[in-house]
Order: sequence, then structure tokens, then C-alpha cells
Amino acid sequence: MAYTNNDFKKGQPRWCPGCGDHFFLASLHKAMAEIGVAPSQTAVISGIGCSSRLPHYMATYGMNTIHGRAAAIATGCKVANPNLTVWQVSGDGDGLAIGGNHFIHANRRNINLNMILLNNRIYGLTKGQYSPTSPRGFVSKSSPYGTVEDPFRPAELCFGARGHFFARAVATDAPGTVEILKAAYNHKGASVCEILQNCVIFNNGTHDAVYSKEGRAKNAIYLKHGEKMLFGENNEYGIVQEGFNIKAVKLGEEGYTEADVLVHDAKCEDNTLQLKLAEMEWPVALGVIRDVEAPTYDECVWSQIEEVKAAKKYHNFAELLETNDIWEVK
Amino acid sequence: MEIKEKESVVVRFSGDSGDGMQLAGNIFSTVSATVGNSISTFPDYPADIRAPQGSLTGVSGFQVHIGAEQVYTPGDLCDVLVAMNAAALKTQYRYAKPDAAIIIDTDSFGPKDLEKAQFQTEDYLGEMGIDADRVIACPLTTMVKDCLADSGMDAKSVSKCRNMFALGLVCWLFDRDLNVAFNFLREKFAKKPEIAEANIKVIQAGYDYGHNTHSSVANVYRVETKNKVPGRYMDITGNKATAYGFIAAAEKAGLKLYLGSYPITPATDVLHELSKHKSLGVITVQCEDEIAGCASAVGASFAGALAVTSTSGPGICLKSEAMNLAVIMELPLVVLDVQRGGPATGLPTKSEQTDLLQALFGRNGESPMPVVAAASPTDCFEMAFAASKMALEHMTPVILMTDAFVANGSAAFKLPNLSEYPAINPPYVPEDLKGSWTPYMRNAEGVRYWAVPGREGFEHILGGLEKDDKTGAISTNPENHDLMTRKRQAKIAAIPVPDLEVLGDKDDAELLIVGFGGTYGHLHAAMDELRAQGKKVALAHFRYINPLPKNTAEVLKKYPKVVVAEQNMGQLAGWLRMKVDGFVPQQFNEVKGQPFKVAELVEAFNQIIKK
Repeated sequence: MAYTNNDFKKGQPRWCPGCGDHFFLASLHKAMAEIGVAPSQTAVISGIGCSSRLPHYMATYGMNTIHGRAAAIATGCKVANPNLTVWQVSGDGDGLAIGGNHFIHANRRNINLNMILLNNRIYGLTKGQYSPTSPRGFVSKSSPYGTVEDPFRPAELCFGARGHFFARAVATDAPGTVEILKAAYNHKGASVCEILQNCVIFNNGTHDAVYSKEGRAKNAIYLKHGEKMLFGENNEYGIVQEGFNIKAVKLGEEGYTEADVLVHDAKCEDNTLQLKLAEMEWPVALGVIRDVEAPTYDECVWSQIEEVKAAKKYHNFAELLETNDIWEVK
Repeated sequence: MEIKEKESVVVRFSGDSGDGMQLAGNIFSTVSATVGNSISTFPDYPADIRAPQGSLTGVSGFQVHIGAEQVYTPGDLCDVLVAMNAAALKTQYRYAKPDAAIIIDTDSFGPKDLEKAQFQTEDYLGEMGIDADRVIACPLTTMVKDCLADSGMDAKSVSKCRNMFALGLVCWLFDRDLNVAFNFLREKFAKKPEIAEANIKVIQAGYDYGHNTHSSVANVYRVETKNKVPGRYMDITGNKATAYGFIAAAEKAGLKLYLGSYPITPATDVLHELSKHKSLGVITVQCEDEIAGCASAVGASFAGALAVTSTSGPGICLKSEAMNLAVIMELPLVVLDVQRGGPATGLPTKSEQTDLLQALFGRNGESPMPVVAAASPTDCFEMAFAASKMALEHMTPVILMTDAFVANGSAAFKLPNLSEYPAINPPYVPEDLKGSWTPYMRNAEGVRYWAVPGREGFEHILGGLEKDDKTGAISTNPENHDLMTRKRQAKIAAIPVPDLEVLGDKDDAELLIVGFGGTYGHLHAAMDELRAQGKKVALAHFRYINPLPKNTAEVLKKYPKVVVAEQNMGQLAGWLRMKVDGFVPQQFNEVKGQPFKVAELVEAFNQIIKK
């Protein structure tokens, strides 16, 4: 059965005008329609925060739960019913501060969840405190003299937790967002999608370099597995290896030619270069950065149940009782 | 040789943590149960991870109470104390009756052993004031070595059989049929028959040693069996019975069983037990923390499973947020609290009833939640089943309280027949409501319908924010919040629970004893003792705490004197005072981490009667 965006839409979003959440929501509806899983077979689970309001605008099953616990709740939901397609939606505070532990363990276990991280580097719902992705020195209501702590880099956290899928898109870039959401769905296992989005009220301009199409043409690189990593308005730049590192170069300068440009390999099990790509400040890497197959927790739970069922002779409560030392009183 | 006919006998096996006292105790209780004796057991193990061998802190005990008629507790003091080393004698003698028989391994009472056990002289019996006539002193280690000299086993394996020699000696003391023990060992070591046979040889040697050498010294006890309830039985601990109750409930409801948990003493055995039973489709997830244990269970419940999370008090602190989510989303969930000593890390291996008010009130907002408590190891099965049924049929989280005492204690469990248990019917949303259904639509009992994901036409969003009663959308409307608060409260208040049962002199008691949960056996035994002394006494023991049984006020106000006895500072008494106008009970409170002593209860209750 074919679905349209409207089959996944519900209600009137209450986010501020211009908030990145609006853009992302539209892309999610579109991606779900293109993926084609029925709304009744889909669960969207969020925590707390501006972006965690999102399930209320979905015509699927879902929960807008408690702060930080979305990944843990989604884990139980997916393991108990692996037939459901489960999307977990969190902001940077929900997912990486109060929910950081669940974020890393969902990745480590490789639960087959599509994990969306809407990163605006600020706490919006509580009106403007710094978040664990705010840069050092960031001035906010709770850091009037600037923060004295370093931020998380989400990809680093994901990879550190042995994550197998990481992709990035800019909220205003609908095709780019839809593309990674579909890739996340198609990836079996925990799939982290970092969405760079603006908070017009409390952190306006945080992703300005890549927020417009023109900006992305200059400052972003769209990675495609198996393709040379070229970027720039006329593909005049490329990513090359330099010693133990990678760097962006202009072709034709310093003797670099297209032949020197690296080919992106999202399927490489070793994540060293993928991490370097994810952490580049210029250009900002967009698209699927890492996409490596591995056994998923939920599948393994159920296959283990089937194996044990075949190996053991008891399959109901009455038979379980008989496995004990029993005596009879006459 | 004198044969003492006894109504009941208590045996305490004690030794180093690695001495296998629990196995010896388990076999002895099984052997006794097989002849129809009533049994109750209690392990008392140290909190130390691994105390030095032979040290005072490394001693663990396992107490077995066997009776001709029903025994309700593992017993206050023992008739027979087995002390496998000097430290065990030193620390465990206080649990022995003044005329108790004491079995010691003299090989473990050398100068070094005595020093580790902090004896001052070599006359350890004299130091303890123990009459040597009551002591069966045998060079147990030497005899085990001799017995297994030809077995080809290494010294360590031989030493591991010492517990079986003690068991053989105890079996002789109680005139027990060794064949049951032999069968038990052959099954336990089915894959290592040489180990089974070595153990069997040692039990027989212990038995023969008693018969040949000590027949003139010690008493031989005989505990006959009266009032046998025919049937098939197994020995079960409270934690295992709890796990079985969840399995039974899931099967009865036709649902998958999901446990989200994090290891914590003394609840971990529930996780262990359920993890074994994948062949029944049981899903267990050992989560990253207590929070995720509960949160993942909420997710599993949303997905349509019978969801359980198991923990002890410190875990409840962490789970309360997700429990509250289940309250407002009105999803079924069973939260098991195996209580231990608190606050904070407190006494991890010891037993208390100090989480009651936490269970009732430990959440933000108006957050009504049913609370039930198991009265004994076998009652854990009944209450786990009841808690699951209540959660599923009333769409609510339910707290099931047990404690370290009932969780680790064991008793003979008559195999239940599931067909005799009530059906479990969750309020699934009827198909004909498709199109008009909203998430907070309720049935006649005020219970929200359950629409499990996967059903087309019932897609909906739940959440932690207050919802509109009619539409299910987020609402901050003041009248709606007041209405929803009242509806959640009314739903829990309307849950039917059995009437409070009054035992003993229910018509004319001068004193009503009131308790809840794991103290049932001790309170019952105290009542029996007082009635045997000619006092008029009754017992009302709560298993359903929220909502309270309908006849609670009537029962509590019927008797001239009421004492609420509990292992906390008066939490049940406070709850009852809150719920029953004008009820002012006397209180008996003790927070020692140990089970009540029946003798102490009897003395305290006698004082109240006299006043």
C-alpha cells in the first residue's frame, strides 16, 4: 500500500515560527510515506523538550515520555515487539545530557531503532540554558560568563559506544534529511541521525554556515558511499589523506588533483576515517557517514528464544513445574 | 539412646561462605518435606564480597525449621547447630537454644582457627559456656579425607564434601531416609556422576559415624507428620515463586513476559530465574541502570507485553519517575520491590519493611498506585499472579512488595494448577469503537482501554503530559486536570481486593495483632503461642495495602486493643491511621535487619494485654 505525507500527519505543531523542528517534521512525514510502513506498525517515542513534542504531530502510535528516557523506553518497545518500526526522537539535552547513558547503551546493544538527535545546541523549553553540545565559552542564561566545559561531539559518542550507523543532515535541507532517514530505516540496528537545526529564539544562527542552500554549497560536503569526496560550488574541493589525518584541499593547488581525493566508505568496519569526517569543522560532513551491518540485539533475543525453545523440553508453566525436584505427600 | 518426639525442630547449618551450608540445608529440608513435614528455611549470609576464610565476618548460616504441623517461620533459635569452624561456633551460638545439640568439626578448631575466631584460649567450649555433653565433636575433615582416600579426587574437591558429612550426621540425628538425599544429589550432579557418588559416600559415612559413635551421647529426634495435605510438592524460595507467578500470569493472559531489570541484592534471583526460561518465551533485559529497567518495561508494556521490573528499595528511588509515567499513561506494569535494610545502601542482605511509604507516596504529583505484599515464600507466587492480573485488568502500575526474608526463605510449595486460577482479561479496545475511540476513553470500571500498537485504526499518542479526558490531546485546562486526577484516583480506589481475614479468636479477642507482608509467619506463631497460654488473640494480616480491603475499618475497630507490628518505625500504622478515622493502635516496631523473634513478640504482646 502506498502512503502519502498526510497519512502520517496529525494536529497543528506549536513550535516557534522558523524553528528547525517544523522542517524536520515535514521531512519525517515524507520519509515515512516513502518508506511505506503503515502508521499502525510505527511507533514514535520521544523524551522531553521542544523537539520531543514531535509524536503529537504523528498519526502513528507513539509516546512523548519523560526527560531523557526515550531510548530506554524505545528499547523495551522494540525488544517486546520487533515487528514495530520504532523511531526515537530526542533533542541534544534529552538525548545527550539526562539521557546520555541510554543513548550510548542503545548504540552499544545495537537495538534496531531509528534514533533522531535534533541538535540546536541549546535548551529551548526551559528558555535558554547551554546544552552538552554548546561550544566552550558559550554564553547563556545559566552561563553568563561563558561555559567552562567542552561539548560532546555526537558522532564521537556514538562511535565510542560502538555505534554502527551515523548520518547527518540540516533541518532546512529536506532532500538531505529524507535521504538519511530512509537510510536509517534501511539500516538494521541502532541508527543515529544528527539533525542540525536552528533555535530562532535562544540560539539563532548556530548552524548558519550550512543552514541555507548557498551556505551548504560552500561549507558542506554530501557524502555518498563509494563516491569521491568532492565539494564546493563547482566540486573544486576534495578530501584527501595527509599522513595520519584527512584534510580539505582545493584541487589544482599544492599539486592536488582529483586522483588524490578519497572515496567515501561508509561500510568500512574501522571507524577511524568516518570519525574524522564527522568531526571536520570545514566542510561539515552531511549524509550517511557510517553504515555497517552487525547483529541487532532484538533479533538476537528472539533467535535465542527460538534456539532455547528447540533445545529445552518445557514450553509452558505446567511443564516448567515438572523440571523441579518434586515429592508427593499421600 | 533417647528418642525425643518433637512437634518441630530447628536446625542451623553454619560455616564459611564456601562450605556449602545452603546445599546441606536444602537437602535436609527436602528430605524432611518428602516425609510430609512442614518446612521453612532461611539463609543468613554475610554482605562481605568474600571475607577471609575462617573469619568472623565470613560465616554464613542456613536455618531449617521442620514441623509435624504447619510451621510459619524458620524458628527463633535452633535445636541443632552445625558449626563447621571456630568462627561459626563463635558467631552462631547465639542462635542456639540452651539445650541445643552442637555438631562441630574439631579439625577446624586448631590454634589458627581459634585465633581468627578471636578465642582467647584453647578451651573454646568453656569460653562460650557450652556444656561438652551437648557437643558432637568429630574430626570431620579427617574422616571425609579417609572416606574419599581412594576416590582419586584432589584435596580441594574432597574438602568440598565436608558439608555432606555434616548432613549425614544430621540425617542420623533425625532418623531420616538417606535415599531421598541420594536421589537429590544424583539429579543435581547428573552430568558429574563421580561427584554425586562421592557426596553420597560421605553422607553415608556421616550417618554411620553418628549411629556407631554417638548413639549414647546425643538425643535422636523424631518429628512425625500430622495433617498432611496430599499433593505434589517442591521446595521454593520467595524470589523463585515470584518469578513463577509472573510466568503463570503471562501464560494465563496470553501475553509475552518482559522483565527489565538491573542487578540488586536481594532481588537479583528473580532476574536470574526468569533469564533461564527462554523456552517459555520470557524476555529479560539486563539494562544499563535501574531507570532503564523500569523505562524499558514501560516501553514493553506499550508494545503489549506483561511488563515487569524488579528491584529493591534503592532501585525504587530511581524507577519512581518511570513508574509515574505508567501512572499517567495508564499502562500495566508490575514493579517488584524486594525490600532490604535502608536508607541508601543500608543493609543490602538484610530484611526490613521500610519501603511501604515510599511505595505508597514516593512520587511527584497525585500518583495513586496499588500496593500489595507477599506474606511468605509461597505467597510470593500468589501475589505475583494477583499483582499482574490487577495491573493488566486495571491498566495501572502495581507495586509488589516482598522482602529479603521471604525472598530468600523457602517453603514446601504445592504445585499449582493454572486451570484453577482466575482468567486475566485486559481491557483491549473493542474493534467496534474504531473511528470514535480516543486514548482516555474508559470502560464501566473507569479503566482506560488498551490499544496495542499494530492495530490499524487505533493509532494514538500517550505521554507524560496531562491529557484531555475527551480527545486525549495535551491539556492544561484546570478543570480537566482536576477531573483526570480524580479519575485516576477513583480507578485505583475501585479495584476489588479480598476482605481482610481475621485469624484466631476473631469473635472475642482482647488483642488484635496487625501486620503486613513478610512478618506473617512470625505474627501467626506469636498468636498461636499466646493462645496456647490462654490469651484471647486474633491476627489480621494485610496483603492488599492500596486499596485497603473494604472491611478494614470494621476489623480494626472491633477489638479493645490493637497492635500494629512491623519492621519499620510505624509506616503501616501511619497509613491505617490516615485511612481509618479515629484509629489509634499500639505499635511494635523493630528495625534490626533480622526476622522478628517469636519469643520477643509474645513478651511484647503480653505486656500490651496486661496494661
